[in-house]
Amino acid sequence: MPAAGVVLIIAVLLIVLALVYYLLSTIVALRQITSGLDEAIAGVGEIIEKSAPVEDVVKDINANLDAGVDLLEGLLVKKAGLTDSIGLIEGLYPGAAAEGLRNFPDSKTIKPPRISEVYTKGTLTLARLGREAPIAATSPKGPVLRNVEGGSLEARSLYPETRQARPEKLPRSPVIGTGAPVQYPPSEQRGGATPDEAEIREKGPWAETAAEGIVPAELGGSDAPREMLAEDRELGSPVLGESTGSGEPATESGIDPSAGDEADATSDGGPEPPEEAEPDLKDAAAVPRQVDRDSADPEDGSDR
Amino acid sequence: MTLWWIGDVLLLAVVLPVVVYLLKGVLDAARGIVPSVRRIAAAARAGSNDLDAVPLLLTTQAHVKTTVEVVAGYGGSLDVIVDDAEEE
Repeated sequence: MPAAGVVLIIAVLLIVLALVYYLLSTIVALRQITSGLDEAIAGVGEIIEKSAPVEDVVKDINANLDAGVDLLEGLLVKKAGLTDSIGLIEGLYPGAAAEGLRNFPDSKTIKPPRISEVYTKGTLTLARLGREAPIAATSPKGPVLRNVEGGSLEARSLYPETRQARPEKLPRSPVIGTGAPVQYPPSEQRGGATPDEAEIREKGPWAETAAEGIVPAELGGSDAPREMLAEDRELGSPVLGESTGSGEPATESGIDPSAGDEADATSDGGPEPPEEAEPDLKDAAAVPRQVDRDSADPEDGSDR
Repeated sequence: MTLWWIGDVLLLAVVLPVVVYLLKGVLDAARGIVPSVRRIAAAARAGSNDLDAVPLLLTTQAHVKTTVEVVAGYGGSLDVIVDDAEEE
């Protein structure tokens, strides 16, 4: 074979080798591209799937919001009038009046009135309702107007309460029995409050007995140690009861002890018979016994 | 014989470099697409993950509906207790 033929074969072989190398490399690169595109397509598919219901949901939300806006705009214009509504909006959101109300195209051309005029009308409305108008005392832009919580509390104080909470601290009824905050040993009291020193001086030495107790604990009184008490003594203070330890009456009106001093048995007590009723004399005809006659005889030295 | 040599020279000096140049250009272009495709795939995955919150729109939808109903009830109450504006 001539040398030129050998060189030709080598040249062709080199070209083929170059083709193989670059084409294989290109195939590898294209496979990577295919794999990446598959991932991208899968991601796009998820996006399409997840975003499919968005349109319907957003349309529904917008429809509901539109209905709310229409309702509020209509209510505001109905209650305050178109002009005052614009003034109220301008007072709450400066600059918003220029945009006007969506359902009232004419509102864009209205010059917003001073906000104080609107609140004056609102005050009259609230006054007609019998409620406190939570307007600012000084300026419509003051804190009271915006203090919804404070305004609510003030207005709430005008209404009766189910459970009276004002004034906050009313005097409480005394608590007696085992649940009383102050417990007194039974020997110190037998009914009524324990007399203090002034009361003992006023009433005399007999009051000291009440202060010391009928039967002191050391002699086996009610509050004596268990071993000093009789075996059959099973009743404790919850059964016997306890005094309050205070002389204050347990009821609000209390008891007037002077009423008993002025009582008259002939005029107080008993039923009140009608004016024309006959007196009940069934016991008046009874003959007194001899013993009673003798005891009533003045010569017999009776104490009549 | 001279023509054979001329042909050999043309193959080695012209055809082979041209073939190599063209193939290398195709390979470079293909390799250049790979990172771009990977970025697209990553973006698609991220976009899909971002849309995981879409079901919350159903909750928002329900809340908006409830809110509008409350507003409607409140407005209806106000309509009853507050006088209408006086006609000018």
